[in-house]
Amino acid sequence: MSDYKLDYLDQLESESIHIMREVAGQFERPALLFSGGKDSIVLVHLALKAFRPGKFPFPLVHIDTGHNFKEALDYRDNLAEEIGERLIVRNVEDTIKLKHLAEPKGKFASRNALQTYTLLDTIEEFKFDACIGGARRDEEKARAKERIFSVRDEFGQWNPKLQRPELWSIYNGKIDKGENVRVFPISNWTELDIWNYIKREHIRLPSIYFAHKREVIEHEGQFVAMSKFVLLEPTDKISVRKVRYRTVGDMTCTAAVESNATKIDDIINEIIATKTSERGETRIDDQVSEAAMEDRKKNGYF
Amino acid sequence: MDILRFITAGSVDDGKSTLIGRLLYDSKSIMIDHLEAIERQTKNREDGEIDLALLTDGLRAEREQGITIDVAYKYFSTPKRKFIIADAPGHIQYTRNMVTGASNSELIIILVDARHGVIEQTRRHSIIASLLNIPHVVVAVNKMDLVEYSEEVYNNILKDYASLAEQLGLKNVTYIPISALNGDNIVDESKLLPWYKGDTLLNYLENVSLADDINLKNARFPVQYVIRPQTEQLHDYRGYAGKIISGIYKVGDAVTVLPSGEMSRINMIELGGKKVKEAFAPQSVVIHLRHDVDVSRGDVIVKDEDLPKIEQQIEVLLCWMDNKPLVAGNKYLLQINSSRVRCVVKSIDYKLDVNTLEKGLSPEKAGLNDIIRATIKTAQPIAYDSYQKLRVNGGAILIDETSNVTVGACMIQ
Repeated sequence: MSDYKLDYLDQLESESIHIMREVAGQFERPALLFSGGKDSIVLVHLALKAFRPGKFPFPLVHIDTGHNFKEALDYRDNLAEEIGERLIVRNVEDTIKLKHLAEPKGKFASRNALQTYTLLDTIEEFKFDACIGGARRDEEKARAKERIFSVRDEFGQWNPKLQRPELWSIYNGKIDKGENVRVFPISNWTELDIWNYIKREHIRLPSIYFAHKREVIEHEGQFVAMSKFVLLEPTDKISVRKVRYRTVGDMTCTAAVESNATKIDDIINEIIATKTSERGETRIDDQVSEAAMEDRKKNGYF
Repeated sequence: MDILRFITAGSVDDGKSTLIGRLLYDSKSIMIDHLEAIERQTKNREDGEIDLALLTDGLRAEREQGITIDVAYKYFSTPKRKFIIADAPGHIQYTRNMVTGASNSELIIILVDARHGVIEQTRRHSIIASLLNIPHVVVAVNKMDLVEYSEEVYNNILKDYASLAEQLGLKNVTYIPISALNGDNIVDESKLLPWYKGDTLLNYLENVSLADDINLKNARFPVQYVIRPQTEQLHDYRGYAGKIISGIYKVGDAVTVLPSGEMSRINMIELGGKKVKEAFAPQSVVIHLRHDVDVSRGDVIVKDEDLPKIEQQIEVLLCWMDNKPLVAGNKYLLQINSSRVRCVVKSIDYKLDVNTLEKGLSPEKAGLNDIIRATIKTAQPIAYDSYQKLRVNGGAILIDETSNVTVGACMIQ
């Protein structure tokens, strides 16, 4: 019987493809939220496996904070062209102007929370009924409790106490008009699974994931890229260091890690050896309070 | 390397969260920043010791109340296996969460407090394990440190549980004496339990054979989505996308499409865009048929030599999961894999006492967390197998059409 055994990456891949096809089968107007980060790049790779030679049954949607890394944006545009799928970009900048939102203040002001406004507007504009996202349960404690099909009300809010039970591999995506479902096909993958899969499948990534020299500001032990979005103070220590990114979000709230890893194998070895979690090491916005993510999710964040 | 999904059953008092924390901690799966976060929280507590239980309490409401309100998933891996833990709360009002967590688990760890032995809660967890047909059961006799690591206490619990297991028909039961708090027999062998010769818990989890848990005999392929590019080059391309939930499919196999009963042969199988000669559970593939038969989402493609049942009336064991009661005569949607049909719960035949396994008289309605036996009539025939025979094609959910909520879990008999 040993011929009919699947490796763990094959099992994860099959589960994720199954979830994506459930989205295609159950919803009228789904979308795949694409950030240019490694998790959403893996989602696109899985979608190719799930739907080719057909077209994707959904467009790629990017909510651009205006604080993104150029490398990630270039990658996004190239990928959409290469696979011939529709890309919709909506800008947080426009939402700020249109709705007179207050720009976040502070040294590393992050537009992360404002993303939610643009996302909800975009969902409304295109009447999306399902949004596929690349969140994983190993990232954070609130995410560990979220369903694979996570129903949001018309304000995009997540109610952790009123989640639908999710049994076997049966997904209930039934909703009323105005509601939408966030779907997380790679819920059961860990950071290491993602990297091992990227390696196995030879998936290309934006260059910032690999070690490169960059001008950074040292802030409480973390390295934040120098950019026009950072409020410089005279006491800031600026230096050029060899770094790579473990996660790719806003330039202002994503920190780099010092690294010499220029190849995938090096990165995998570093991740195995690391003692700090992905978000803990690189996300400044999660460290505001113990329940920062829980609060943002309740308000419509991914 | 493969994946083991397991559930832990027990209450906070049994040391369930401590056990999970210990597994993560001792297998070095806890990151420093997460540990520092619980250290910060522990400082507010009186005893000042690091509370591993805090690792699993995800939401603020839970931390405030010191309870677990929902299933949380935790991940760790060793060089041998990737583990997915469904952490479900054990109190009586959360039967629905345990059923949810158990539905995807191949193994259950039932925690027994060595001081109290087999109690009502142990029975309830074991009954749910048997209803959900979880293939492997580990009875972890915890808090051995509080009974002076006594072999006699352990053996008495073993004897008690063995008779319960027999009554429930539980197979593959393994017993391990542990102390989650002190780490005895979790990852490393305990010097304080020299009389125990078996595996440590992690050792057992790493080595338990899962080969028989995937059914390769009864081929079932529920169609999720039809791929039709309708381009010039691919004008005639028509592929049925889905996941093989059990069995093996080969090019050339004679197949039947259910519930219509139309017959054809497999022309081509694609796996991730590549043509393959055969595919097996649980692979996601695209299957092409030789003939132009009518196939759409919700249909099941099976092999001719082994058909599931095709009925419009089914008997189910049902766990009710909604605050609004189930009353005989109520109409719902029934979803089994990708197939969704209207149905009516014709009768509630009896209510099962999850503490004693006694069958109560036919009740008028079922409430949240009740487990009942019911008769359901569907608007169209469904293709299913008995849950006890083939878990992946015998489980179904009920959806309330007015609220869209999943209100019931059915194990079809």
